[in-house]
Amino acid sequence: MTDITKKSLTQIVKAIKNKEVSSTEVTSAFIKNIEKSKKLNAFITTCLDQALKKAKEFDKKQKLNLLLPGIPIAVKDLFCTKGVKTTAGSKMLENFIPTYESTITENLWSEGAFLLGKLNCDEYAMGSSNETSFYGNVVNPIEDKYVPGGSSGGSASALAADLTPTTIGTDTGGSIRQPASFTGTVGLKPTYGLCSRWGIVAFASSLDQAGPMTKTVEDCALMLESMAAFDKKDSTSIKKNKENYSKNLKDGIKGLKIGIPKEYRVENMPKEIDNLWENGKKILKDAGAKIIDISLSHTKYALPTYYIVAPAEASSNLARYDGVKYGYRSTKGSNLIEMYENTRSEGFGDEVKRRILIGTYVLSSGYYDAYYLKAQKVRKLIKEDFDRSFKDVDAILTPSTPSAAFKIGEKKDDPISMYLNDIFTVPANLAGIPAISVPSGRDKKGFPLGLQLIGKTLDEQKLLNIALAIEKRSVFKQSLKKWWEN
Amino acid sequence: MVGKLMNKNDSKYIIKGNKNKWEVVIGLEVHAQVISNSKLFSGSSTKFGANPNTQVSLVDSAFPGMLPVINNYCVEQAIKTGLGLNAKINLHSVFDRKNYFYADLPQGYQISQYKNPIVGEGKVVLDLPNGSKTVGIERLHLEQDAGKSIHDIDPNNTYVDLNRSGIALMEIVSKPDLRSLDEVNAYVKKLRSIMRYLGTCDGNMQEGSLRADVNVSVRKLGEKNLGTRCEIKNVNSIKFMQMAIDYEAKRQVKLLEDGKSIDQETRLFDTKKNETRSMRSKEDAHDYRYFPDPDLLPLKIDKDLIDDIRKKLPELPDQKKDRFIKEYALTPYEANVLVSEKEISDFYEDVAKSSDKKLAATWIMGDLFALLNNKDLSITKSPVSAKNLGELIKYIKSGEISGRIAKEVFEHMAQSGENPKKIIESKGLKQQSDPKELERIIKGILEKNKTNVEKYKSGKEKIFGFFVGEVMKMSKGKANPQLVNEILKKLLKG
Repeated sequence: MTDITKKSLTQIVKAIKNKEVSSTEVTSAFIKNIEKSKKLNAFITTCLDQALKKAKEFDKKQKLNLLLPGIPIAVKDLFCTKGVKTTAGSKMLENFIPTYESTITENLWSEGAFLLGKLNCDEYAMGSSNETSFYGNVVNPIEDKYVPGGSSGGSASALAADLTPTTIGTDTGGSIRQPASFTGTVGLKPTYGLCSRWGIVAFASSLDQAGPMTKTVEDCALMLESMAAFDKKDSTSIKKNKENYSKNLKDGIKGLKIGIPKEYRVENMPKEIDNLWENGKKILKDAGAKIIDISLSHTKYALPTYYIVAPAEASSNLARYDGVKYGYRSTKGSNLIEMYENTRSEGFGDEVKRRILIGTYVLSSGYYDAYYLKAQKVRKLIKEDFDRSFKDVDAILTPSTPSAAFKIGEKKDDPISMYLNDIFTVPANLAGIPAISVPSGRDKKGFPLGLQLIGKTLDEQKLLNIALAIEKRSVFKQSLKKWWEN
Repeated sequence: MVGKLMNKNDSKYIIKGNKNKWEVVIGLEVHAQVISNSKLFSGSSTKFGANPNTQVSLVDSAFPGMLPVINNYCVEQAIKTGLGLNAKINLHSVFDRKNYFYADLPQGYQISQYKNPIVGEGKVVLDLPNGSKTVGIERLHLEQDAGKSIHDIDPNNTYVDLNRSGIALMEIVSKPDLRSLDEVNAYVKKLRSIMRYLGTCDGNMQEGSLRADVNVSVRKLGEKNLGTRCEIKNVNSIKFMQMAIDYEAKRQVKLLEDGKSIDQETRLFDTKKNETRSMRSKEDAHDYRYFPDPDLLPLKIDKDLIDDIRKKLPELPDQKKDRFIKEYALTPYEANVLVSEKEISDFYEDVAKSSDKKLAATWIMGDLFALLNNKDLSITKSPVSAKNLGELIKYIKSGEISGRIAKEVFEHMAQSGENPKKIIESKGLKQQSDPKELERIIKGILEKNKTNVEKYKSGKEKIFGFFVGEVMKMSKGKANPQLVNEILKKLLKG
């Protein structure tokens, strides 16, 4: 029998629907992989017994007219899961067990899926390498001692290593797309407001967006369809009808106009990234699309803008972790202020503290206008750049990241170099528009590289279609030797 | 001694120092709890007096991933209040986060409105003994209340009750237009009255539904520029506001006359010691790091909604006062008193509709208020119903009972709650208006007091009152005084 865990989500769903395989068999197969893959450190919490129980329940009373019938799914540990510890990768929430379920996970469960476990991530989703997690760094299955990217590093690693048939992450500045690119998987950051933020531990509220991480574009369409829905509990959720992304997915991009923004050709860009991009252009051209050079003139301000807006919101969002109501509380200190100081000093890691400091600073009286307000103005200009471009093109093609996966520890002490990893991904977050990373090539070490497609607001279907065109024509094929298994 | 007051309770509240006369300038930030079944951004109940931490949702206690969703009813209440304050309603307003750490502030920030409030400038007209005065409203904004820290249950721990956390407040900021303690009193009462008419705030100060931060500064009489102000936080009764202002103004005058300057600072009023003291100076002032709450979209209000609310506005105190003067021929003073609370005006109209309008006002403001005051009752709990008071007034008006008897009947009504008809009949209190019967009584009295009759006839006419008194005594006060006068005069002439 072929290894079911190597199949795509769509194939597994089909197999279950056709009764070729049971949910129990699928779940057991993934559990077996998980148990052998501790070395990757992809999981913070596993719910293996519970998942197996759910699988058996499903098999007893099969409901097959759902999108994800009997599918076990591990999710980023930023999604609150009822009765299952949710840490956000932080010591602060080491023992936090929510009494509620996030809207996004709830949507998955109501389509027939169930929880396999909680996946490692950078602390409060702040990081690009999964090295800021209190629960240790995650290893990229493409090669030992390499980072899987971040902040959804555990998700990307688990997915690439066949520990979950699909997963979900959150993307504030590239946290889905960058790890997808680093692990040879597909990752989509939807339009801001398409997927509810209710029940997701907040990092930067105006940028955070949950999205699917999958092995194929087809899977990505299926997952987005399962996740996206208006949620009245999230004031920024978009009111719109549900779409059939998977049914409407088609490899037909003839006549579509694809923009190539010159500003993304950054200084010292490695040749292999340039080649990847050129190759992407060629693939799309061959598939019948028209390639158009465009300009997004404020791109160079995107990264500094992001590193003002995101920490500002984070500094406020993380104020609630004060040791008073839940989560970690220091036993040191003899008054309220000392309790706060000790709790937050001991409970947060360095990167989180760094961003709280930056955020507090840029919002301070006397600095607000120069930093936060100016950043908001630039953010508007960046959005306007995109709006203008989308009058001429259907989508924009760029590399997902300026490099392939790097070594664990390589950039840990150089935050600026770490932040530069997000250079191609943050503009879409600032503009609130959808973007997808598709595996499209390899660097000279043979590490996967992704191409990013950026679309206009709520144009996910078109993005998925173009991504499918790239996927079908790309030479990239995931083939991992399971060196990490014991 | 510095701070001898001249006309402290007049519109001119001037402090006479050793060197100068000082004018006191006051502005209020009133926090009014919105009447709404649920909180500003969550579905939790707002009922007062529940057991601690029983009305707290995951949003109110700021659990990870929880998001605020605006309660549209609270928005409508704010619009309503804005219209009641003759204020501009802003079609676009923004919720901001006011960041600070405290144990009873679960989110670590309060959602409030900073730069773009829902309601802009407006005005309130105060009726004062020497005329009316318009006080400017700077703005009204919506914000969440914090929870409550309880320090006196345990010597080593502070307890936190989050029932109040997230309840909607309207902060109503006045311009620095108030100049005396009487004006402060009139202003707070007027605001309270307007909001109670509108049903947007119950104004219950004991339950903390209405509290104020008081800004006080002083300046030399005649000076145009404002002095440096101090803000006295969270004062929860008009009396305490007045005491705090009084203390604070004198403190500032003393400092200035001693050649010192005022530090802009936040102060607390100690109700036990009757003094204000520094809470934090400007240097220590919190940097609240206000910024727009990214969890909430800007609040967009449809013009149609405002028009709709405007159409449904109830009659407000000022309009009602004008109507009472016009319709019922009341004096401005009477009208003012009767409209001060909606319940009083309702009671008045109930009484007046079936009886004499003027007498109704006199009786309510006189005997009824005295009775309610005495028993510490609100008018809605009045033992004398509006219907019964109306009937009593009808008896007076028709001359069936005298004013004196009416007071006696009222006493009985107050005690038993019975209607006047029953009391008058059972006690036989109806006025004696039969001329023949009265003539018989009077003749008897004149017969018995011949000496006095002689005195009267010899020109000592002052003695007339004696005869009236005797008649009243004989009739147990029931004789119709007008008839008694007529008959007495007639008989004494003869």
